[in-house]
Amino acid sequence: MPEITRDEVAHLANLARIDLSDAELDHIAPQLSVILESVASISGVAGDDVAPTSHALPLTNVFRADVPVPCLSAEEALAGAPASEQQRFMVPRILGDEQ
Amino acid sequence: MSDTLLSFEESLAAYDPAMGLEVHVELNTATKMFCGCPTEFGAEPNTQVCPTCLGLPGAMPVVNAKAVESAMRIGLALNCEIAEWCRFARKNYFYPDMPKNFQTSQYDEPIAFDGWMDVEVDGETFRVEIERAHMEEDTGKSLHVGGATGRIHGADYSLVDYNRAGIPLIEIVTRPIMGTREQAPQIAKAYVAQLRELIVALGVSDARMDQGSIRADVNLSLAPVGTGALGTRTETKNVNSLRSVERAVRYEMQRHAAILSGGGSILQETRHWHEDTGVTTSGREKSDAEDYRYFPEPDLVPVAPSREWVDELRGTLPENPTQKRARLQAVWGFSDLEMRDTIGAGAFGLVEETIAAGAAPQAARKWWLSEMARRANDSGVEIADLGVSPAQVAAVQALVDAGSINDKLARQVFDGLLAGEGTPEEIVAARGLAIVSDEGALSTAVDNAIAASPDVADKIRDGKHAAAGALIGVVMKEMRGQADAARVRELILEKLA
Repeated sequence: MPEITRDEVAHLANLARIDLSDAELDHIAPQLSVILESVASISGVAGDDVAPTSHALPLTNVFRADVPVPCLSAEEALAGAPASEQQRFMVPRILGDEQ
Repeated sequence: MSDTLLSFEESLAAYDPAMGLEVHVELNTATKMFCGCPTEFGAEPNTQVCPTCLGLPGAMPVVNAKAVESAMRIGLALNCEIAEWCRFARKNYFYPDMPKNFQTSQYDEPIAFDGWMDVEVDGETFRVEIERAHMEEDTGKSLHVGGATGRIHGADYSLVDYNRAGIPLIEIVTRPIMGTREQAPQIAKAYVAQLRELIVALGVSDARMDQGSIRADVNLSLAPVGTGALGTRTETKNVNSLRSVERAVRYEMQRHAAILSGGGSILQETRHWHEDTGVTTSGREKSDAEDYRYFPEPDLVPVAPSREWVDELRGTLPENPTQKRARLQAVWGFSDLEMRDTIGAGAFGLVEETIAAGAAPQAARKWWLSEMARRANDSGVEIADLGVSPAQVAAVQALVDAGSINDKLARQVFDGLLAGEGTPEEIVAARGLAIVSDEGALSTAVDNAIAASPDVADKIRDGKHAAAGALIGVVMKEMRGQADAARVRELILEKLA
């Protein structure tokens, strides 16, 4: 039976930048475990003849020709930015490293 | 804060290096990987963006067919298998240069896998095994503002341009490269150089390391000599010139060796390469950040290239590089040594293009391996990044062939080319470098030289033609080098016959 521990939930929350209090973790971790168990029951139904799937539609090779289409103007692109400067998105000081 | 290093020799005496190279190739498609935004280099900030590559809610990606084709051609050229069926995956992490908060990449189902490339170093062939080549997208570009250095640390805030976000990237990953010993730095450099040549031949990328269209990450670890084990590795990011690939491998070998021999252990981490100082510095520890929570990309359907498509692409591959070298060596009439030196200097493609532009093979080789190699060495850059093109070298040689200039004057033309003074013809005119074909002026200069050195003239009259050299020197000096030395010699001998 899959089970998700409180520590794993805390780790995931951290990776997802979700701030959870101890009380919230106590509350959510057992609930997530129950959900995982419920979803996992599907694997009991699927036989070897059913391929795992990540898409609802049986489609492959949906492509686009390599032809440029009009894009947004810089003004449009930056319209929703909380702050901008030099026609660029302004973001808080970056502390970590680039990937 | 500088690292303690062991000498390269001491490092090898105690340890065996193992390398892993990850090379990112930015494709030269007209549009991005998952949207129709153009990909022009150097466009005004945020003018090649749309809801998809900005990660706006509701925007849906669609795969660029040409990018898939280029990925498969790269895979085939690297002797890889092409997946019958594969998917894209989301690599989740937060960073402002990636507006979706995930990078669309491929995880355990790369489009190409299990290949190899034979790399030539000092006339020997070394096989580098390719684990995989997968499709992904580039990130935006950040400008760090404030602070003293303009670097990440100490910046007050950052400005992001998303023009590059979503441009197709192919990441090519080797298996651990072992058994290279003292050749490790050279093999790493030769691998990236040859891979770059292959990419150029395929025509799938601009392949400009200086513009970041090819970027290398160098993984390196050491294990006690002879054990065949794999030690803890570090990953040095964004090594952006061929010369730096070699230097980064060497540096990390020496740094690891110093730590290990002192009883320490290597921290598995990202390192940053500093081109200016030739050192690496600590980045972030890998353990936590590697938790990318990959999962299949729900917005893109699987890619399942038909075998007909794969075969068709196989038919478009350029000539195998090893065969091509052997063929051209025969055509050019180069000795094995000349060929090895040409490849070793990273000048094979340059010589090839120079010959294609009309220069004689030996002349092309001579310019690149002497004059250009010396200038590149003086400036500490790769020969290919010097700023002189094969077409320009061919044009200069054409002027030499036509008798307009000689080799010595040609060097001044290269000075002019590097200073951006125009075409070779314009530089010859502007600098007044053309050989004086005015026989009158030449004749006067010869007469003056003879009159100034009657004793030398007597020797020549007595049949000691070797003495003419002294007079030729005087005449050439008077003509400021702009004379044909062979013609000067003829004139001297005629006049003193």
